[in-house]
Amino acid sequence: MISKASVYDQVLGLHAYRSRMNVAVMVILVACLLLLVRFVWLQVFQYEHYHTLAEANRIAIAPVVPTRGLILDRSGQALANNYSAYTLEITPGRVEDLDGTIDALSKIIDIAPRDRKRFRKLFDESHNFESLPLRNRLSETEVARFAVNRYRFPGVEIRARLFRNYPQGTTASHVIGYIGRINDSDLDRLDDDGLLANYRGSDHLGKVGVEQSYERELHGLTGSEQVETDAGGRAVHSLAKTEPVSGNDLVLSIDLNLQQIAEKAFGNRRGALVAIDPNTGEILAFVSQPGYDPNLFVDGIDQANWDALNQSPDKPLTDRALRGLYPPGSTIKPFMAMAGLFYHKRTPESLTSDPGYFAFPGSAHHYRDWQPKGHGVVDMHRSIVQSCDTYYYSLANDLGIDNMHEFLSRFGFGERTGIDLEGELPGVLPSREWKRARFHQDWFSGETVISGIGQGYNLMTPAQLAAAAATLANGGTLFRPHLVRAIRESRSGQTRDVRPEVLRKADLATADLDVVRAAMADVMRPGGTGAQAYAGAPYAMAGKTGTAQVVTIKQNEKYVESRVKERNRDHAWFIGFAPVDAPRIALAVLVENGGHGGSAAAPIARQVTDYWLLGKRPAAPPPAEPATTAPAPGAAPAAADDEEEGSD
Amino acid sequence: MIKGLLLRLIAPLDATLCALILALMALGLAVLYSASDRDLMTLAGQSRSMVLALACMCLMAHLPPHQLMRLAGPAYVIGLMLLVGVALGGEVSHGARRWLHIGPIRIQPSELMKLVLPLALATWFQHREQGLALRDFLIALLLFVVPVGLIARQPDLGTALLIASSGCYVLFLAGLSWRVLALAGAGFAAILPVAWTFLHDYQRQRVLTLLDPSQDPLGAGYHIIQSTIAVGSGGVLGKGWLGGTQTHLDFLPERTTDFIFAVFGEEFGLFGELLLLILLISLILRGLDIASQASSIFNRLAAGAISLTLFTYTFVNMGMVSGILPVVGVPLPFVSYGGTSLITLMLGQGILMSIRHHRTLVKR
Repeated sequence: MISKASVYDQVLGLHAYRSRMNVAVMVILVACLLLLVRFVWLQVFQYEHYHTLAEANRIAIAPVVPTRGLILDRSGQALANNYSAYTLEITPGRVEDLDGTIDALSKIIDIAPRDRKRFRKLFDESHNFESLPLRNRLSETEVARFAVNRYRFPGVEIRARLFRNYPQGTTASHVIGYIGRINDSDLDRLDDDGLLANYRGSDHLGKVGVEQSYERELHGLTGSEQVETDAGGRAVHSLAKTEPVSGNDLVLSIDLNLQQIAEKAFGNRRGALVAIDPNTGEILAFVSQPGYDPNLFVDGIDQANWDALNQSPDKPLTDRALRGLYPPGSTIKPFMAMAGLFYHKRTPESLTSDPGYFAFPGSAHHYRDWQPKGHGVVDMHRSIVQSCDTYYYSLANDLGIDNMHEFLSRFGFGERTGIDLEGELPGVLPSREWKRARFHQDWFSGETVISGIGQGYNLMTPAQLAAAAATLANGGTLFRPHLVRAIRESRSGQTRDVRPEVLRKADLATADLDVVRAAMADVMRPGGTGAQAYAGAPYAMAGKTGTAQVVTIKQNEKYVESRVKERNRDHAWFIGFAPVDAPRIALAVLVENGGHGGSAAAPIARQVTDYWLLGKRPAAPPPAEPATTAPAPGAAPAAADDEEEGSD
Repeated sequence: MIKGLLLRLIAPLDATLCALILALMALGLAVLYSASDRDLMTLAGQSRSMVLALACMCLMAHLPPHQLMRLAGPAYVIGLMLLVGVALGGEVSHGARRWLHIGPIRIQPSELMKLVLPLALATWFQHREQGLALRDFLIALLLFVVPVGLIARQPDLGTALLIASSGCYVLFLAGLSWRVLALAGAGFAAILPVAWTFLHDYQRQRVLTLLDPSQDPLGAGYHIIQSTIAVGSGGVLGKGWLGGTQTHLDFLPERTTDFIFAVFGEEFGLFGELLLLILLISLILRGLDIASQASSIFNRLAAGAISLTLFTYTFVNMGMVSGILPVVGVPLPFVSYGGTSLITLMLGQGILMSIRHHRTLVKR
């Protein structure tokens, strides 16, 4: 099937084609010549050089591990540093009888059963040719004793290594995190990121906390040393060396003193506290209690310690500030009030009558107020100061879930705050779409009503509430909360500041803000639910207490704290900021099963704001269980606290 | 009867090409045996691939060029769709997205594109034989820039380079004027700094490492340093088959695949390399000879591009192993371990044979 066109093109264009072909052949020949010149250069002229490299002695390229960057608090106090010590290391692949060798070693060096167990665990997790530590921190005499006996132990060596150290122990453990030995899944990840080469020779990497999220800054650049080795692979001498570049130092925005005060204020209670500078999003204190000692993890945690941490009902390894999900309870009310003003469903003056409950017309179901006899006729100011539930049941009903969802998400609820730590949970800010996706069900109006007081499906983390409180404090700017304030480059010695990042503008009217802020300030004054904790404070604090229900109370039952098991008691919330006019700190405090926000959470906030604004340290160690101390005689009943409940 | 069938079966096969290919394969198996530390499983695997590839070549040789031309367009469209599929939902392995799962089959569309792109471009020019406007070249350019861009993004720099070069060869052979070529060259030079910003970190690292391997002796530089030592220490005569020290002491990375030429250089020396180079260049020249005798624009362009792309393989691979080009994943044709790229190469050789078989007008 040869067409006419083919005949035609046989004549035309063929000449041009052939000339192109000649050019191509020329190029090919020149390229071949180039290759040949290269081969001759390598194999004839440079032959001696490469022959020596390949044959006489092998060249090994040994990595030189960089020093990991430090982690400092905002004033420069060390939270993580390194120290040098001798370790006794075994390369299992070069030892014939591992147990026998360890037994023999234990005769000259003290090896505890704990060391053996840890070594066994490392051995199971690693490859045969890796050098694994058996004993850390050898004394000078132990080093000397081994040196004399070294010939008896092939495959066993003493090495000087840098160790990670967390001098503050359990303090800020959930911020700092820890480093751990690199395992197979870490290796895969490094390979995927093209970072494997830089981790040759490194045993550790950040697993949790800023140690993990800033791993690339902290690790540094691995150097290398070209060494000639003898037949046995031992380095004979160094040919060339590229120095490693140490990791960069992290300067956190955390203030160590503030952090310590905040953690102490919790006593032995469980909970979380996040304090933020509302003008930048810098986190000043970040507490999740109980914490753990990160030093345990550095060289592989032993089984007993691991079980103790992992199986404790207090869950010390869980970061409550980012992964603890709690109903926000009454702390949602200032935000609800803002929504009411924004959508013109309420003015500051409009009144709601509170008979002690809210009910839909024609329905016998009562959405109960925490105050059984009701608050009477309530305006917006009083609804916040006394934490009136009925006001918000009714407001929520008027707003509808769609408006509530739209407006509350401006404060970052329902999504991750974007903090510079991994593993944060987004929580739940319910909407029709959310419920359909989650339960394949339509939204019920009763669910809107209980959402109005922060119950129902609402789940938030302490970090989210702190960021939202900061947004109220600064007039409507939602910053990305961050723990690292600056990065000090090890190479240049220069400091890179982390710039505040605005996530969104909540678009709040100043007049609306003034109403809500004034009410939140009065929460902390006599007659408000938080007054007791802030009695006599020389600065103006704004706040809101809250209580998150753990168990549902039946319609005709009353919640009586003493009758409920400790783990089923309500969680205590407090959010706030100070000073009211020009806020420098905003915070959220959660005390698990603490009971009332005003008596359990607000006193912790008081110690934190006192130190941050006045430099004042708490006078005496805080009582272990302030929630159980009897109220001072003559305290105003209204100041006792709020308690509220959703319907079933 | 059986004899007649056999004769018909081998009729389109080109003796010169076959001889050269078989010689290259034999050399390949020999060096693979050494590179894999005498691993018979590897050898058996590669032998199976070779038999399969030879069968593919025969099949292709029996497909007349005009049939091929009919298939090229649809194949191109399918290939492009598969590439988009990879970009959207391909399997990620070692940081690159190259594979696509369709049911139980796992395919690498970029490999298909290696063959389809020059054929599609040649078809395009065949349909415009009455005279070529610059516009035709611009459209042709678009036809190959899109798949190349998709493949480079995966990222698979080696394959992108091979396909880009095959496209350029078609344009060049189709008679794109020197003035335009010069302009395009200048334009390319101008784009380079921009392209630099699109490269992945590890790709930049490879280019930088080429300029100074000692910069990164633990990572990309390690390959170059070790392969240069292997080649250089081979000398004129080599260390002898199975005698390479670099090879057998595990110093050489990827020594059965992309870096197999280093093993070759170490064990067979300068003379061995010369032999290999002569075999490959003969194969390429024979292909170009077939191209210039071909009967239609499509045949000429396709045959020319296939042969010249073989040259790109050879030059880039040898250049990379001997340290004058950056490390990009391009195998040494017919020698490197791996079935997929071998089959692609052999399909190309089959096309050449078919074109050769249909070179005269009197043939049906």
